Amino acid sequence: MSIASEPRISLLGSTALLFEAPGELDLAPQQRIWNLALQAGEWAEIHEAVPGMNNLMLTFIKPPRDLNRLCERLLQSWENCPPLPLEGRIVELPVVYGGEFGPHMQDVVAHTGLDIETIANLHCEPLYPVYALGSHPGYCYLGGMDARLATPRRQVPVISIAAGSVSIGGVQTGVSASAGPSGWNTIGRTEMSFFDPTQNPPAMLRPGDMLRLRIERIIR
Amino acid sequence: MIEILSTTALATVQDVGRFGSLGYGVGTSGAMDHLALALGNLLLGNPEDAAALEIPMFAFEVRFTQDCAFAVTGAACEATLDGQPLPPYWVAQAREGQVLSLGYPTSGSRAYLCLAGGVDVPSVLGSRSTQLRGEFGGLHGRALQQGDRIAALRPGVSTLPTDFGVVSPSQALPLQRDGLPAMRVLPAAEYDCFLEDSRAAFWAGEWKVTTQSNRYGYRLEGAPILPKAPMEIRSHGIVPGVIQVPHGGQPIIQMRDAQPSGGYPKFGTVIEADLWRLGQAPIGSKVRFIECSYAEAIAALEDNQCYLAEVSRLVDLHGLASR
Repeated sequence: MSIASEPRISLLGSTALLFEAPGELDLAPQQRIWNLALQAGEWAEIHEAVPGMNNLMLTFIKPPRDLNRLCERLLQSWENCPPLPLEGRIVELPVVYGGEFGPHMQDVVAHTGLDIETIANLHCEPLYPVYALGSHPGYCYLGGMDARLATPRRQVPVISIAAGSVSIGGVQTGVSASAGPSGWNTIGRTEMSFFDPTQNPPAMLRPGDMLRLRIERIIR
Repeated sequence: MIEILSTTALATVQDVGRFGSLGYGVGTSGAMDHLALALGNLLLGNPEDAAALEIPMFAFEVRFTQDCAFAVTGAACEATLDGQPLPPYWVAQAREGQVLSLGYPTSGSRAYLCLAGGVDVPSVLGSRSTQLRGEFGGLHGRALQQGDRIAALRPGVSTLPTDFGVVSPSQALPLQRDGLPAMRVLPAAEYDCFLEDSRAAFWAGEWKVTTQSNRYGYRLEGAPILPKAPMEIRSHGIVPGVIQVPHGGQPIIQMRDAQPSGGYPKFGTVIEADLWRLGQAPIGSKVRFIECSYAEAIAALEDNQCYLAEVSRLVDLHGLASR
């Protein structure tokens, strides 16, 4: 898909709206999204401001009658919104790549033309900033994956992938916090407790934290 | 207190939903049929946020281990109390030892068993709804099992009137198109990125609710919805009702246990006001979709609110008359 040059706002029914930042997926716009989320979360008609990958969902307390006013305010805030650098903790995770832990590794091999070893090495190379949480309790979307690893989401999502699954969806990557359905390509597995509903906050990681993935083993 | 004598898979404790934790990756959960839950709570004089049992499969049977008022709403499922039939959308007083049985639905697909005061389970992150994926909320974060015991917050002989019912949502708010249940849909961000023929076919066609449909999502079957060009979208927040179209072209409608984010292209969103209709569409049945505007989506929410307000007024009148 072409890269948008202007921010875009669309509706999710009468429940929420979605703001999408223009440009390539990157950390600087994500830092602006974090800032915008802080601001919009305080607005009277907004229930939650939820950052995604270079985008922001605003859920409504009650659907506003005058959407245009809200959209204008949002666009104006974005224009005046500097990056908010969040310097979080660094968490290291050992990953087993391939074999039974990476049931879709062959699909990534086929799509990228790279071998398993190269895929694992490229995947472990960056220090991944947590861009946003989502998908399921405690799940982190990571930014900065090597573009050579990009593999489209699956034709049909699978009914369940295991907790700890390390997977690729388009240019994004992440680690599953619990077993469940997914449309991403699972290439490995790690072990980590990401979520505890009795804690405040319940999620162990937050936007701005960083993940260092380490190759524990590669199953060829 | 009730004891579950018999249940099939996936009966859960649900309330209106868990709000405020999307930023931790926690979806809302909550009743698939918000209206049925709201009506059960109205009939019992419960607070709006009281939790009930959502029963998607039958037969289902419980024994009251103490006196307790209850209401059965949602799917019409030939409910009986010690063998005596109960009409749909009815509130009744159970005595200790009585057995409530729910049979196979004659219409709808999910029944709600509401108890006086609401189901007494701990509130986790602001809700009693079961978070199946996160294994918290509800009763021990899981579906109900035979032998489970569940307490009501206001057991005993009710001081409020019982043995009356209200008109069901499907009677009060009918919506059909060409003989099939219909839901209104507001187009979403990638709507224009699908082929014109595919868009037309979506609105014109019948959509089958496949067996791979549950609280997470309804996977539909019909003429494939094809994009003008392949799309890979950045993950973003989504809400129940969003219609995602994976590359295969068969749409998936996100339901109450949906992930709070996703990245498949979005065709549209079943409006919040009509999501209960889909929650009551049985597996194997067919539905249709009607295009609507944002203003119409808000008006539909108001229609639902008016209906609930009218029921609330009638319940209050009933209370006054029986004094």
